Amino acid sequence: MSLIRSSAAELAARIAAGDVTAVEVAQAHLDRIDAVDPSVKAFLHVDADGALSAAKAVDDTRAAGERLGALAGVPLAMKDVVVTKGLPTTAGSKILEGWRPPYDATITTRIKDAGIVMLGKTNMDEFAMGSSTENSAYHPTHNPWDLSRIPGGSSGGSSAAVAAFEAPLSIGTDTGGSIRQPAAVTGIVGHKPTYGAVSRYGLIAFSSSLDQAGPFGRTVLDTALLHEVIAGYDPCDSTSIPAPVAPVVEAARDGARGDLRGVRVGVVRELSGDGYQAGVLAAYDAAVAQLRGLGAEVVEVSCPHFTYALAAYYLIAPSECSSNLARFDAVRYGLRVGDDGQHSLEEVMSLTREVGFGPEVKRRIMIGTYALSAGYYDAYYGQAQKVRTLIAQDFAAAFEKADVLVSPTSPFVAFGIGERVADPMAMYINDLCTLPASLAGTPAISVPCGLSEGLPVGLQIMAPTLADERCYRVAAAYEAAVTPVLASIPELTV
Amino acid sequence: MTVTYGDAVAAYEPVIGLETHVELATASKMFCGCSTEFGAEPNTHTCPTCLGLPGALPVANEAAIESTIKIGLALNCSIAPWSRFARKNYFYPDMPKNFQTSQYDEPLCGEGYLEVEVDGETVRVGIERVHLEEDTGKNTHVGTSGRIHGADYSLVDFNRAGIPLVEIVTKPVPGTGAKAPEVAKAYVTELRDILRSLGVSDVRMEQGSLRCDVNTSLNRPGESWGTRTETKNVNSLRSVERAVRSEIIRQAGLLNAGERIKQETRHFSETTGDTRPGRSKEEATDYRYFPEPDLVPLAPDADWVEQLRAELPELPAARRARTIASLGVDADDLQQMANAGVVELVAATVEAGAPVGEARNWWTGYLAQKSNERDVEPADLGIAPAHVARLIELVADGSLSTALARQAVDGVLETGADVDAVVAERGLKVVSDVGALEAAASAAISANPDIAEKVRGGKLPAVGALVGAVMRATSGQADAAAVRSILLQQLGVSE
Repeated sequence: MSLIRSSAAELAARIAAGDVTAVEVAQAHLDRIDAVDPSVKAFLHVDADGALSAAKAVDDTRAAGERLGALAGVPLAMKDVVVTKGLPTTAGSKILEGWRPPYDATITTRIKDAGIVMLGKTNMDEFAMGSSTENSAYHPTHNPWDLSRIPGGSSGGSSAAVAAFEAPLSIGTDTGGSIRQPAAVTGIVGHKPTYGAVSRYGLIAFSSSLDQAGPFGRTVLDTALLHEVIAGYDPCDSTSIPAPVAPVVEAARDGARGDLRGVRVGVVRELSGDGYQAGVLAAYDAAVAQLRGLGAEVVEVSCPHFTYALAAYYLIAPSECSSNLARFDAVRYGLRVGDDGQHSLEEVMSLTREVGFGPEVKRRIMIGTYALSAGYYDAYYGQAQKVRTLIAQDFAAAFEKADVLVSPTSPFVAFGIGERVADPMAMYINDLCTLPASLAGTPAISVPCGLSEGLPVGLQIMAPTLADERCYRVAAAYEAAVTPVLASIPELTV
Repeated sequence: MTVTYGDAVAAYEPVIGLETHVELATASKMFCGCSTEFGAEPNTHTCPTCLGLPGALPVANEAAIESTIKIGLALNCSIAPWSRFARKNYFYPDMPKNFQTSQYDEPLCGEGYLEVEVDGETVRVGIERVHLEEDTGKNTHVGTSGRIHGADYSLVDFNRAGIPLVEIVTKPVPGTGAKAPEVAKAYVTELRDILRSLGVSDVRMEQGSLRCDVNTSLNRPGESWGTRTETKNVNSLRSVERAVRSEIIRQAGLLNAGERIKQETRHFSETTGDTRPGRSKEEATDYRYFPEPDLVPLAPDADWVEQLRAELPELPAARRARTIASLGVDADDLQQMANAGVVELVAATVEAGAPVGEARNWWTGYLAQKSNERDVEPADLGIAPAHVARLIELVADGSLSTALARQAVDGVLETGADVDAVVAERGLKVVSDVGALEAAASAAISANPDIAEKVRGGKLPAVGALVGAVMRATSGQADAAAVRSILLQQLGVSE
């Protein structure tokens, strides 16, 4: 199999065996980026020199006879919301255009230390606010399945890069579904870890209590391998959980044997029905049947408060973002507008923010500022936090009856670029199925589960806090039982 | 139409309240590992976290939490079993994140009190809360105005940004009448002494490690409390007293004229001694507080709190009581020492080996005079109780005269060296060589025949001029009493 179509696990094995060099692997992916990225537009910045020199370092390590990490030499695409020392980091926003951070995020360090080769930074909805990557201040990204469609969001650059074989692995971040929904609509695997399982140090914050970085891959095993690299306690992040990393690689390998006997799968009643595309529901029902066929016991569970997840999320996330994004004020870094001696400090701050932030970011800052105002706090932010507690209680009750919960990842397949931009609500309901796990801080994976109208559908598998391995185990079993969706992705005509 | 202070407090009852900010003396900042050292090159003690760089996160400093709990315990506060940080949102260029990580409705320490003594009377000042937050950076506005409006340009130094800051808020203190300014000063003094004995802060008001905002309102007797103003920029103990006094006078003037008091922030001026309006609080900023999602709640373990309580050092009030008992001074002497603010200094001097009477005389005499001249508190004068004890010892054993001892004090204050070093350096010692003194005495008599004649003629006080001449000749190192008796003996006069 060609280098670009190989899985990360295969590439790592071949590099370790000396069958191919890391430099050759990196070059093959850089060539692929050159060929297809002008149409996919997954990347905001490609760091060819950095990638080749990182790959060379891996080859040198191997030549020196030292042991290589499980993913050493494997290329990766990094979402531009993750801080990378010396490399442009914009979070998809004009307000950070040209900023080169003086430090690395914890996950960047872990990725570098693992010998993983970072190819560049991927496109995203500005500050991770969106479900289509159309809110990028730079350009939209195109879905490799159909270039007229969106690749999901906000991690659409990362999902498109993996689906288009520009990288076998990528990093996304998920605040309300920004890993799972892009994975679903591009036919790849994406996992949102338990909140606190992966360090947020160096993630440009959108909504601190919800943001979580996670892995994308074309296989469940690849995704698990990357998960193991980035996860683990970080003393630089107070919300990081001091617990051992969940045994996700072991679970992925174990699950691939296709035996789900003794596993109770809970079908969430509230996450299907009206408003879901028929083709999505058909693929989802078939997937549930497949799980039953693998020996799983399928039960129906009810989570009545999931209905309020969307409303709660669109108060909590904007509230936190209104505060998190206050630091972009032209004083210390990034864009500065109006500094001509004619404008006051306050005017320079306002002009910079007016020019530097896009409409969706401004909308959320305004919603959040309003929701936190004196006299409204209790009715909005306070109430939304209570809903969060109720959703966590729903999960707890459901996990009494089931080991994992399942739902479609998104109510729709990839829609057309431009189709929903005029209607924020039409965009927000993309997150319907992914929001409950975000609000509860529980882990969830999206694994491809067939096609609808020729476009990928995702199956979401949710597990209790710190039981990420259950997501991988069930996903791997399912994956092993079905034809890979990506086998039917059309060849990109370049 | 000027109002005197006496008029003001005769017609109105003041209510005061104090908010004190204390920079903790931790080695590192509140939420990152940067140094808290004062006076470094601008922007050298910074990192992604205290610069508010995108992606950086805070981690709370355990030593700062411990210090805050100790302060709470020393102020008789309840320690919250569960407490949270909150974000206080507002835009200002010295705030790296444009929000301050502070505490809002869930502070680390709840209600408590502090008792202070004014003129022998005990006043209990209620404490509303003690909470932990981070300091901001420091702006320098370059230009003629010195303020942000009209500046040519502004500079910002983030070395201070993120230094742990404890805010101690009192309840309103009514009922102190004319003594309100002294109560305010006594409270800040006592608080400073407590913080110093806890070892949690440098408590240097001039460096800003202890900062005070004073709230003042007036009401006519029997009426409800008036509108308060908040006076900032009160940077010394003396200023605390002056600020309250001047605000009472100003408000009384307005009320007498039938005007109403505007709720506002005012700035105290050290030079003029009055307050000027700052930003108006009538259009109060909405800080949009919400729990800080980047930090986990603080839940101090009850056993840990009890351990900290057990480990508290002896606090100034207890030490004072013990001191008074052990010093065995009478009420008048005690009052004199208390007024001079030197009770503890005297005690420490006694502890260092000096007799209580001598120690008291030094601290209420020459050293108090020096403190006044330099406009500093005796404790900040720059001479330690151990130095004073050593001086007293040198006088007692005859090595120094009182005059020489005062020269030694001046030397210590000028150079910061210790007493023995100053004495050695300046060659201060009593000339006890009788032969040398006799030679100097006969020289003085020969040089001043008229004066010598007067003394011989019975005008004894005239001998002082001769004593002075001998003292000059010996560079002040002779014992004046010894010189006097030698002179009288040589003149053949007996007393």
